[in-house]
Amino acid sequence: MANALAPQKQMTIGEGGLALAFVALALLSIVIAAKAFTPGYAFHAYLFTAASIAAVFAIINRYYDRPAERPPLTVDGKPNYNMGPVKFAAVASVFWGIAGFTVGLYIALELAFPHLNLDIPYITFGRLRPLHTSAVIFAFGGNALLATSFYVVQRTCRARLAGDLAPWFVVLGYNFFIIIAGTGYLLGITQSKEYAEPEWYSDLWLTIVWVTYFLVYLGTIMRRTEPHIYVANWFYLAFIITIAVLHLGNNPAIPVSIFSPKSYIVWSGVQDAMVQWWYGHNAVGFFLTAGFLAMMYYFIPKRAERPVYSYRLSIIHFWALIFLYIWAGPHHLHYTALPDWAQTLGMTFSIMLWMPSWGGMINGIMTLSGAWDKLRTDPVLRMMVVSVAFYGMSTFEGPMMSVKVVNSLSHYTDWTIGHVHSGALGWVGYISFGALYCLIPWLWNRQLYSLKLVNWHFWISTIGIVLYITSMWVSGILQGLMWRAYTSLGFLEYSFVETVEAMHPFYVIRALGGFLFLCGALIMAFNLWKTVMSTEEAVPATATLAPAE
Amino acid sequence: MSLWQKHAIFEKNSIILVIGILIVIAIGGLVEIVPLFYLKNTIEKVEGVRPYTPLELAGRNIYVREGCYLCHSQMIRPLRDEVERYGHYSLAAESMYDHPFQWGSKRTGPDLARVGGKYSDDWHRDHLRNPRSVVPGSVMPNYSWLEQNDLDYSHIAADMRVLAVEGTPYTPEMIADAQKDVVTQTTTDSPDAADLAKRYPKVNVRDFDGDPKRITEADALIAYLQMLGTEVDFKLYDDKANIR
Repeated sequence: MANALAPQKQMTIGEGGLALAFVALALLSIVIAAKAFTPGYAFHAYLFTAASIAAVFAIINRYYDRPAERPPLTVDGKPNYNMGPVKFAAVASVFWGIAGFTVGLYIALELAFPHLNLDIPYITFGRLRPLHTSAVIFAFGGNALLATSFYVVQRTCRARLAGDLAPWFVVLGYNFFIIIAGTGYLLGITQSKEYAEPEWYSDLWLTIVWVTYFLVYLGTIMRRTEPHIYVANWFYLAFIITIAVLHLGNNPAIPVSIFSPKSYIVWSGVQDAMVQWWYGHNAVGFFLTAGFLAMMYYFIPKRAERPVYSYRLSIIHFWALIFLYIWAGPHHLHYTALPDWAQTLGMTFSIMLWMPSWGGMINGIMTLSGAWDKLRTDPVLRMMVVSVAFYGMSTFEGPMMSVKVVNSLSHYTDWTIGHVHSGALGWVGYISFGALYCLIPWLWNRQLYSLKLVNWHFWISTIGIVLYITSMWVSGILQGLMWRAYTSLGFLEYSFVETVEAMHPFYVIRALGGFLFLCGALIMAFNLWKTVMSTEEAVPATATLAPAE
Repeated sequence: MSLWQKHAIFEKNSIILVIGILIVIAIGGLVEIVPLFYLKNTIEKVEGVRPYTPLELAGRNIYVREGCYLCHSQMIRPLRDEVERYGHYSLAAESMYDHPFQWGSKRTGPDLARVGGKYSDDWHRDHLRNPRSVVPGSVMPNYSWLEQNDLDYSHIAADMRVLAVEGTPYTPEMIADAQKDVVTQTTTDSPDAADLAKRYPKVNVRDFDGDPKRITEADALIAYLQMLGTEVDFKLYDDKANIR
């Protein structure tokens, strides 16, 4: 034999097994599509079929293209990082971010001008709103978390990502989940649990993807050549583990039939409410906080070229944060039919949560000690520091709103929406943008196209955020006060619809704020696109930054 | 060796770190959730709460499908203005058969926990078709397709079977008669109305959407809206007995 000395190319168990699993899934999906109770579900089954066939094709194609040997773990003594999935997730994050902000702008306009619902079922506020929240939280934020976590875990462990096909399965499978969930909302396929709207089959799919994510992540940490696990990885791990627990706890449901998209959650009434907000608040706590704190702990020190401010503070605030957050759910249910003892626990722990949250803020901001001058010259770092400042602001506002008397006014109003967006646009948005501005040039080994455009992005979207949150504060407090206003004769002063009419100007201002935020993101997308497309490789030495203006 | 150095055990052993995280995050949830399943005072003792009729259940599924809960709460808080505006504050018992609950978190529109019987069927039909025809300042979308779509209730018995497994007291008889009950409930002056009311006390039996020839999605949704919050007779309900 001519190739006797070269290793024989063989399909690995992973390749063969995964290909067979996708063949089975494709066949099952075809059967389901044929017998589906609703056209929407049949559409989803066909999507599963198409994706499974594409996966089988991709696996076999990759097998023919790849060399016989597995990629080495190290090259010349340096780790042979696997950045393909990171690149995919980073690009997906930018794409979904713009999609999610656009839908957000549209539903903001629908509330200001209801005729924009256009009598089309698929784009009514009730169906687009979960699309908006899922697109920004799970698609934009989720892909940013996937990209940065896979990057950070490799760099801080000095090890190649565990698994061969598994990392690709995670990023592609996760984005497929996004497509199923998102199109499902438009078709009216929802289980109506906020931030957990996808139906049973999407939930099952996500469970498989998420467990794989956990295994890839943990496997990479186990492969580390550094003795210590870096603090960012604690936060990423807490995020991955807790989201798995929350997802399983909040979503147990019995489908009406395997041919029906509809299922019924096993929990009901007051218990379901408690489980839902245990999930809902900790989707904020672990998806939108722990994961993004991990981002902060890597990208701010890297960009500022300073060590993390306090190691001890990071230990205390890590354990305190993950312990206290879990308790805070019942503050979403103040004065409801949830028993008082649970409400009181929720309020108490929400107030205590203020401290570890600010521990994280202090650790992030003070990391700039000795590098404050960079705020003038580096708009990317400025964006990340402002993000941490927004984090501090919304983690003060949150505990305040969880006090029962404050909550009696703020609950059910736009104040909540404003609060969420100061966290989402300011904290999650900005730390992700900052990370992307760092990550994409690093991944493609290019110089960032324009710092000036980053500056424009920063200021335009900051004005947008300010317009957004101030208009929602005013409308929320105004509406809360109008609902409880009495005339001198002791009658309720306003009918409900009068309070709706009073919101109109603020809804217009809010939409303007959202529009500016979207403009900023489009500038970022252009900037990153030009960065990737440029033919000049990055200068290895520290780049000179733009002078202060 | 200071306490700080002891933390190295988490930093050097990934499995210990994973276990540590799992323990720390488990505590709060267990303390807050588990007792709700065994403390008897979690759900008030009250007369009148019954499972949804098949038509109401189908209507509720449309309510879920359209995302109504995103703008309408179903949870009246025990605050003076809310009780005056919407009626008696909501009881946990009133949503004990709700899989999932629909308490909501935002009132872009008013609370609907006790909307049942407040407006006529005609008002609801006009309002769903074009909310601004009856409430000029409304920002609600038009739901004009609800009265055009025939209600698909071919699988409603399967829905009830699942709910029965999950603890809703649907009897085999109720499940067997599900499809017939949909027709009965949408037929004005149906001869089977009394029979239906035996299984589902206080049930509204009539054509809801103004088109007696068809059973539409609007029929189901209006039937659901018209029963919301009407099951408990608050003239007989003893607040004091259920102080928790």
